[in-house]
Amino acid sequence: MSKAISKSPWVVHFNCNSCNGCDIEFLACLTPTYDVERFGVLHVGNPKHADVLVVTGSVNLRNRHVLKNVYDQMPDPKVVVAMGICPATGGIFADCYNVVGGVGSVIPVDVHVPGCPPRPEAMIDGIIEAVGILEKKRAGLAVDPPLLPVKTVKGPAPAPAPQEASEKN
Amino acid sequence: MSMLVPFGPQHPVLPEPLQLRLELNDEKVVSAVPVVGYVHRGLEKLAEQKDFIQDTFLIERVCGICSFMHSMAYSMGIEELMGIQVPDRARYLRVVWAELHRMHSHLLALGLLADAFGFENLFYTIWKIREEIMDAMECTTGARVMLGSCCIGGVRKDISAEQAKFVLEKLNNFEKMFKRSSEVLMGDYSVKERLVGVGVIDGKKAYELGAVGPSLRGSGIAKDHRMTGYAAYGELGFEPVVEKDGDCYARTMVRVRELYQSMTLVREALAKLPEGELKTPFKGNPSGEAAVRVEQPRGEVLYYLRGNGTDKLDRLRIRTPTFANIAPLLTMLVGCNLPDVAVIILSIDPCISCTER
Ligand code: SF4
Repeated sequence: MSKAISKSPWVVHFNCNSCNGCDIEFLACLTPTYDVERFGVLHVGNPKHADVLVVTGSVNLRNRHVLKNVYDQMPDPKVVVAMGICPATGGIFADCYNVVGGVGSVIPVDVHVPGCPPRPEAMIDGIIEAVGILEKKRAGLAVDPPLLPVKTVKGPAPAPAPQEASEKN
Repeated sequence: MSMLVPFGPQHPVLPEPLQLRLELNDEKVVSAVPVVGYVHRGLEKLAEQKDFIQDTFLIERVCGICSFMHSMAYSMGIEELMGIQVPDRARYLRVVWAELHRMHSHLLALGLLADAFGFENLFYTIWKIREEIMDAMECTTGARVMLGSCCIGGVRKDISAEQAKFVLEKLNNFEKMFKRSSEVLMGDYSVKERLVGVGVIDGKKAYELGAVGPSLRGSGIAKDHRMTGYAAYGELGFEPVVEKDGDCYARTMVRVRELYQSMTLVREALAKLPEGELKTPFKGNPSGEAAVRVEQPRGEVLYYLRGNGTDKLDRLRIRTPTFANIAPLLTMLVGCNLPDVAVIILSIDPCISCTER
């Protein structure tokens, strides 16, 4: 069972408050040119079937309950991958009146993929990273906190970690 | 007995969170009520807090799918306020990128539509073809989605002769590949079974309800803002694409034919590309009022800007095409079967993140 999960993680995608840029790039990952399915990743619509939650966009006053709901419905162990700068800090929309902040203010995030939007290659990298974390969680090992520090308060975005900066658009 | 079914906000066929409360009588939809606000950010307000040059890149993020056209409409608005004359080369380059954006957006919509009626193979094929267009955009601007190449007074990037050659090569590939897929889209029995006669709206009703873009042109009304010849469209021999039937199939056909048309426009614009400056320098701050309309893949977008002589705008208002198309959508949904709901929604190609901003 454990092997099956790490060889074939099922991914559910939730568009939180994004501008679509990250969503279409994530969808592009699933299609033949980038093809995450070669890693066994399957895109599902039902959070109850999923191991990995891919979130794009920041959290606003309305959808934070929906996000929490989707997250709570997923079976343990689960991993959250935040695609783009928006779910990290709110990104370009951080100062908007309806934006609460990053996804990290509602649910724990395991992997951050920086970029606005990140390239599909970086997104694939993020999902592969998530699979490793999933395996660790399954074995009951401690996992490292995500590379990008998440500020739950509003403010300027922290600089992304240097090794990931090269993948930024 | 009727019952209430919530459709969304997290739904497999919708890449975006739109919720529809459907009132059903058995399988038939009696009424539909949209519930919005899941992607509302408050961007218009933020645009008033940043200065008008920064806004160009903020406005680009109204929507990732038609990002270039948003920044183009905004720049056109500021140019009107400040009386800036855009150089010829920039006008042509804007057409090139705008049409590339239209192509990728239409391909995206057709792919998602194919996914909604369960033709997964077609979805993947169309998205594979879309990568040709993405390559063309990446080669010319360095980014795939947020091009960032439009700025007030012109454009920030140039297309060199080699790049133009690469774009044309990609277009040739696209044409070859899309020919096969469009045959399937136009002629396949199972596709027609799901699209013909579904979600019908006649031209008069669509016009009254304020439909724009392919939703209107699919009902036989030739209205396309490119006909007014903004940017360089006036010099490129543009004719709107119209279909008569007003069903999902007609709207799909409009998109398929527009793809070929956009391809011709890009080729033509690259062939006629005049030499010259990319950008007119400007000084000062905008003041006064301006309303600008631009034809986006989903229809016509309206930008209203009001400047007050400082570097911050007084008001920015965006009326997006999907907002205009929601009223016709609710009319189309009445009387259809529940399994057709997803197909009808995707046939207007909704962009919720534009609508809610
Ligand atoms: S990170 Fe950029 S591309 Fe992604 S949702 Fe935010 S603004 Fe859009």
